[in-house]
Amino acid sequence: MTERAEAIAVRDLYKRFGALEVLKGISLTAREGDVIAIIGGSGSGKSTFLRCINMLEVPSRGSVAIRGEEIALRSDRLGGLTPSDRRQVQRLRARLGMVFQSFNLWQHMTIIQNVIEAPVHVLGVPKAEAIERGEALLRRVGLFDKRDVYPAFLSGGQQQRAAIARALAIQPHAMLFDEPTSALDPELVGEVLGVIGDLAQEQRTMILVTHEMKFARNVASHIVFLAHGVIEEQGPPEQIFGDPKSELLKKFISSSH
Amino acid sequence: MAADMINWSLLALEPPGWGGVLLAGLMNSIKIALGGYSLGLVLGTGGAFGKLYGGPVLRDLMEVYTTVVRAVPELVLILLLYYAGTDLLNRVSAALGYGSVDISGLAAGIFVIGVVQGAYSTEVLRGAILAVPAGQIEAARAFGMSPLMIMRRVTLPAMLPHALPGLSNLWLICTKDTALLAVVGFSELTLVTRQAAGTTKAYMLFFCAAGVLYLLLTLVSSLIIRVIEARARRGWAAR
Repeated sequence: MTERAEAIAVRDLYKRFGALEVLKGISLTAREGDVIAIIGGSGSGKSTFLRCINMLEVPSRGSVAIRGEEIALRSDRLGGLTPSDRRQVQRLRARLGMVFQSFNLWQHMTIIQNVIEAPVHVLGVPKAEAIERGEALLRRVGLFDKRDVYPAFLSGGQQQRAAIARALAIQPHAMLFDEPTSALDPELVGEVLGVIGDLAQEQRTMILVTHEMKFARNVASHIVFLAHGVIEEQGPPEQIFGDPKSELLKKFISSSH
Repeated sequence: MAADMINWSLLALEPPGWGGVLLAGLMNSIKIALGGYSLGLVLGTGGAFGKLYGGPVLRDLMEVYTTVVRAVPELVLILLLYYAGTDLLNRVSAALGYGSVDISGLAAGIFVIGVVQGAYSTEVLRGAILAVPAGQIEAARAFGMSPLMIMRRVTLPAMLPHALPGLSNLWLICTKDTALLAVVGFSELTLVTRQAAGTTKAYMLFFCAAGVLYLLLTLVSSLIIRVIEARARRGWAAR
């Protein structure tokens, strides 16, 4: 069996904010079709790690490669790193579908306008084609009838499903989910997890930061437990949840039930 | 009785009535207001982005611009920019061997009002941009937009609802500021009103007529502003 190609490869990643070192040397590879769930307590660096993958946060040290292409970084005056080629970063971002905790739909655009914005204006897809594909995606997440509505008029769960459609519309090489259900009322969590679960079934490459342990266990192919800025333990879900080795992980699992 | 005291025929559009002159003055005022306001918006947008995202030198320059322009009385600025500006332009043109240039009152008026408006709208727009939730811009970055595209597609339309109340105020002030150009002899509404009143001695009639014209301008502006505001806030839930 040939090994699947690397979709995202992170090597020895460090990130510090002033005196605070949030990530202390993290390496992680997502191959095509992997669904990686990152779990850990608040302040463990999960979201920062995810945001370093598409350079929303620029790491202090280390490297990130998307489909084998390393993001070029150079030292800046302040002793940190900065992307040396803004266009490269923009090009790679345009194929990483990101879903945010607080949805971040563009409020001045309708749902369908949100969905076609990046395909049309960043990727140069003809508008008619983008609308056709966008409407199919909205149908898929159950929001076709809301296509001409502005985000402020939708529930949190609907907004997040629209945000997932927006991320899918760029035909991403990989999806990044940053605590996609944390800002939702409990009764709305299920509809969003349902959509994400379906995507996982399709063997899409996904990295998912989440607090939903049961969900992580069910959909992820690989679980990464972060604690204090390092990978404390990782492995397949059965092992992480069924037979945790590290004390921190045992404590974390028992406290999150 | 009172009706006899007012000679309405003085307002006739054709001479010897002065109505046509007043309307021409109003048109000039509107032209200057529109031109100056537009220039002010361009300067203000540049100023706001410069203040927020520019380097230290650009930020300081913008700070000097907004502080100085807002500190000096507008009348003084107008006299300064108009006379000193014309003088400077003539010297430069003479030095380049073009001889003296004739600057149209309209262009000079638009320039002066624009510089003043620019300083105020810099602050209005800066505040509005700061009011755009960071997540809106972050999402745009995450989808691979360039800084210029983010400004055009996200920041500007998203900040508009926050900016409109302040910008509407500035527009109304702008329409009134055109009256200051009377001091440099530009035939806008106030200057022609003074001429009409001085010639006919019907002070009350002409200044009231000018007041009505300014009021009409404001009322029409308010209507248009309301339409623009409703459109800009279309994505906002009723609150």
